[in-house]
Amino acid sequence: MTRRLNKENIAQFLINVHGLGEMFGRSLFLAFIKPFYLRDILFQMYSIGVKSLSIVILTSTFTGLVLALEFGHEMAVYGAKMYTGSVLSVALVRELGPVIISLVVAGRVGAGITAELGSMAVTEQIDAMRALGTNPYKKLASTRFISLTVMLPILVAIGDMCGMIGGWLVSVTSLGISSDFYWSLTVQYLFFPDLFSGLLKPFIFGMTIATVACYLGFNATGGTRGVGEATTRSVVLSSILIFTLDFLITKLTLGAI
Amino acid sequence: MTGRSVVIEFKDIYKSFGKKEVLCGLDLAIYKGETLVILGRSGCGKSVTLKILLGLIYPDQGQVFINNTEITALSEKSLMPIRRRMGMLFQGSALFDSLTIGENVAFALTEHSDLTAGEIETIVAKNLSFVELSGTQNMMPSELSGGMKKRVALARAMAFQPDILLYDEPTTGLDPITATTINALIRKTQLEFGVTSIVVTHELDSGFSVADRIAVMDDGRILEIGDVESIQNSKNEFVQTFIAGPK
Ligand SMILES: Nc1ncnc2c1ncn2[C@@H]1O[C@H](COP(=O)(O)OP(=O)(O)OP(=O)(O)O)[C@@H](O)[C@H]1O
Ligand SMILES: [Mg+2]
Repeated sequence: MTRRLNKENIAQFLINVHGLGEMFGRSLFLAFIKPFYLRDILFQMYSIGVKSLSIVILTSTFTGLVLALEFGHEMAVYGAKMYTGSVLSVALVRELGPVIISLVVAGRVGAGITAELGSMAVTEQIDAMRALGTNPYKKLASTRFISLTVMLPILVAIGDMCGMIGGWLVSVTSLGISSDFYWSLTVQYLFFPDLFSGLLKPFIFGMTIATVACYLGFNATGGTRGVGEATTRSVVLSSILIFTLDFLITKLTLGAI
Repeated sequence: MTGRSVVIEFKDIYKSFGKKEVLCGLDLAIYKGETLVILGRSGCGKSVTLKILLGLIYPDQGQVFINNTEITALSEKSLMPIRRRMGMLFQGSALFDSLTIGENVAFALTEHSDLTAGEIETIVAKNLSFVELSGTQNMMPSELSGGMKKRVALARAMAFQPDILLYDEPTTGLDPITATTINALIRKTQLEFGVTSIVVTHELDSGFSVADRIAVMDDGRILEIGDVESIQNSKNEFVQTFIAGPK
């Protein structure tokens, strides 16, 4: 069952690209225009950020634990076991923290946003909002866009810390590295470009997840089933974009800074 | 009807979705303060007509005027103040399900007025009592029955004291007693606030009981328009079948 690349598919693809671009532009532009909906933004930050904390801590701690085991085991072969902490921290901060946590958030928050906005769209609540004289791009999309863009880097920073703590646990208990040595290496090998790239990524991924989630939610049609499909598509599309952008950002920042 | 001013005017409206033609050449004028009922079969484009009037959907062709302003030429931004002068009761009520009943009714006021929380509360309480749902402020839409939701939607649509109220199937799917209550509310709103109303329905009893004039819609245009009596005595075959039921 191959999907043919016919005219209609290409047209649909272009419509979606245009729609995503438009949603991104509106969310960003409207973020700087009154009214600011501070209450809505704080509420979203809470439900996006605080409520994702446990899953972020869980995933990143285990990532740290496992990575330390793997690295320690592998590097012992070359007699470099002591350097586990430095490799781990660079890998976490530059790459794994941003990507893994963004994927987790795309699955938890992005899906949630698409489901919520999608239900609002198919039950005419978004039309009702427009009919009441309120811009839904501002009230619904932009507030979520701001919240995700702010919260994702914070979540990633917390996740990076948890991952390092996980690595420390393994290093001290089963690799025989002293606590002081682990932390001094961890910090010593983290340079500004690592931190920069490590926080630029979630900043961009946050905008990506919000744009995709809001666009697919706003345009959901076909009742509950349509909302379900939009939700799945939201997670898939966000994930694809996260991987693609991750590659591009890495490529650009590795050379530039 | 002569001498009355026209508030809303549809001029030669065309609208298709994909290959499906929904409206083709719709012409309609609504006078100030009247209640116009649009009757038509399910799927004939009644909801689309109301959405075009609110600027939620753009027609492919034709113009819509509200108080002599051509709204079909306006941007979404300049439509916003005009929409605030209109209230719409959506077919499925479309209450915001993450907000309480009180917050739903207060929505337009919280968004677009400088009233204090106390003043808004007073208006909300007044509107809820108008639709006979006092004290439901803290309930959620999911806790209400269909008929109650429609009444809350009416209270929400009225909160900003609009000049024009649009009702999309206000009584469909309700028991006869609740339907009668809603019809009475539509009448009461017209008499107390002097609003111009359009009521869309495919239920004859409901239509006849609230209408000043009735427009029968078919094939994407208005087939016949007139007062209740003239529609009931219509010579048009479709109108007769629609009113008498298929033989
Ligand atoms: N957003 C849309 N996209 C595609 N088709 C639509 C859209 N809105 C309405 N339609 C189509 O337009 C036609 C008219 O729809 P509309 O909702 O106006 O019917 P209606 O007269 O209100 O019917 P009912 O009495 O059942 O509510 C339908 O065939 C519907 O499938
Ligand atoms: Mg309808």
